[in-house]
Amino acid sequence: MAFLDVIALRKRYGTIEVLKNINIELEEGGFLVLVGPSGCGKSTLLSTIAGLETITEGEIRLAGNVINDLHPSKRDIAMVFQSYALYPTMTVEANIGFGLEMRGVPKLERAKAVARVAETLQLTHVLKRKPSQLSGGQRQRVAMGRVLVRNPRLFLFDEPLSNLDAKLRVDMRIEIKRLHQETGRTIVYVTHDQIEAMTLATKIAVLKDGELQQVGTPNEIYNRPTNLFVADFMGSPSMNLVRAAVVYQDGRKGLSISRRNGGGDLVLGIPPTITSTNLEEGRSLILGLRPEAITDRDSADRHARAVEFVDCTVELVEPAGSDTFVVTHLADKEVVARMRSDADVRPGQTLSFAFNLDKAVLFDPESGQRLG
Amino acid sequence: MSAQASATHPRGLSRLLIYGSLGLFALFYLLPLFVMIVTSLKSLDEIHSGTMLSLPVAPTFDAWEKAWSSACSGLSCNGVKGYFVNSIRMVVPAVVISAMLGAFNGYVLTKWRFTGHRWIFGLMLFGCFIPFQVVLVPTARLLGSLGLANTTTGLVLVHVVYGIGFTTLFFRNFYVAFPDELVRAAMLDGAGFFQIFFRILLPSSLPIIVVTVIYQFTNIWNDFLFGSSFAAGEAAPMTVALNNLVNSSTGVKEYNVNMAAAIFAALPTLFVYLVAGRYFVRGLMAGAVKG
Repeated sequence: MAFLDVIALRKRYGTIEVLKNINIELEEGGFLVLVGPSGCGKSTLLSTIAGLETITEGEIRLAGNVINDLHPSKRDIAMVFQSYALYPTMTVEANIGFGLEMRGVPKLERAKAVARVAETLQLTHVLKRKPSQLSGGQRQRVAMGRVLVRNPRLFLFDEPLSNLDAKLRVDMRIEIKRLHQETGRTIVYVTHDQIEAMTLATKIAVLKDGELQQVGTPNEIYNRPTNLFVADFMGSPSMNLVRAAVVYQDGRKGLSISRRNGGGDLVLGIPPTITSTNLEEGRSLILGLRPEAITDRDSADRHARAVEFVDCTVELVEPAGSDTFVVTHLADKEVVARMRSDADVRPGQTLSFAFNLDKAVLFDPESGQRLG
Repeated sequence: MSAQASATHPRGLSRLLIYGSLGLFALFYLLPLFVMIVTSLKSLDEIHSGTMLSLPVAPTFDAWEKAWSSACSGLSCNGVKGYFVNSIRMVVPAVVISAMLGAFNGYVLTKWRFTGHRWIFGLMLFGCFIPFQVVLVPTARLLGSLGLANTTTGLVLVHVVYGIGFTTLFFRNFYVAFPDELVRAAMLDGAGFFQIFFRILLPSSLPIIVVTVIYQFTNIWNDFLFGSSFAAGEAAPMTVALNNLVNSSTGVKEYNVNMAAAIFAALPTLFVYLVAGRYFVRGLMAGAVKG
């Protein structure tokens, strides 16, 4: 049995259903990231686990016990809020120690625990200050300290890094990852940032409009997205999704993709992950390829089973330092390829693009679901 | 250089105008206080011979002493000290209780919302608009049947009940801007209903506490209608006693004694304003802008 079990959970406000039949399980020590666009219900789901929102139907189990009707203070859960929610009239020391104080931990023991956490988070020199006298990064660390000082069964993070600047966000992300690795605590984490989701999670749950789209490891979510929404939402730049049709050519099946300005259709092989017998000729499909699956000739993956080379016209070049993103056009859509930073590419040039079909996924255009 | 000169010159002039007119108004408003103080320090002979604004030739606190301990109002001649104590015994519990209830109401109405909380708050607001005169007779009957007629306790009850509407309004508007996440965080930290109130909300409430205390103190201390209706005689508050003192004439009008008694009646509110005044405007702003 899983450590945290969300079973057939529904949440309605009047007639509006904001969470629709959510089923998630998380093993002990796991790091679950709830991700989705704003308004998808991810924060509401977190609040129901914390007990700050009631649920309409379903069950939430923690370590085998149903906690649906347990008051938040009795669930033994700690949470980091987006706004940090530091108590403004208390010092950092009192803020961190408050949870222990409320649970009746003796003063001496409390002081020791606070000092230990302050040490790890480098807050020792600001313990006597009020939250208003701290920088954004320090406030964030105090919020972390407040949950770390206790030893709860479950940690909840509600977009804890969204108020930080870009550099600090990356630093804190690494801190959180290290913390999880060292302590092995069970964490549920909400974010709309898919990089945070990919880097931190052992398990990702993608939500949209209150419906669970896919639950899986970061690798599964990234490489085998269950539908077009997940494919498009995860990854930056996002996955190239172009229309294709199944054709019969030279004795085998292939995917035909129209090109801009006529110039004859481009035909690629069927990705090796798909059994081609299920694809009848003339069927319309959507081909999904990550930018890193389209490269220049030299940096094509040598171990891939199916790499095909196609000449395309370069429209735009975006040097990003570590990589160079090259934009071309297929089937009336912009397609982004990820190339070496020192690749010699100029707009207007015709270049041989390498398509790694091992990484390709196919979707049904009507249902949006992945095939195979 | 010329631009700078032309920029500073009118500013200096307008500054002069502003401070000049402010000073004038201040003088105008301070004049009655000045007259009260100088009159109270004069002897009766001096009052009759001199003008109202002239300074006392031989300042004496005789009138203050008389007003405090031996002036006659009605039948007794014990000064106002007993009534002053009555007022203190009325205003302190009434202010403390009504402010505490208001704070609790504000807390519950904003952070522990229940179905119908809007209605409750609406009715309380409605209570603020009921004129004193309308409730006089029913209140008198109620106090009578409770055995609290003509007692300070009765007055405390009336002022608490009448004050709850206002104190609830103040605290509700203040707490509505208080972040809910802090309450949620405290809940997860294991704090209960009262712990959240006393440890998280109350320490942040100083501005609104000051506003409420000043407002309630001034209103209750200065109240005349309830005092004269529900507590005549020995239990009367200061305002009623002052009225009786000024109106009971035994030949000559003792203006110096009357003025001294009036100063006694005004001192406590003056004191509260001086001590807490600088928080007053700040608190009003906090409640008004964020609410």
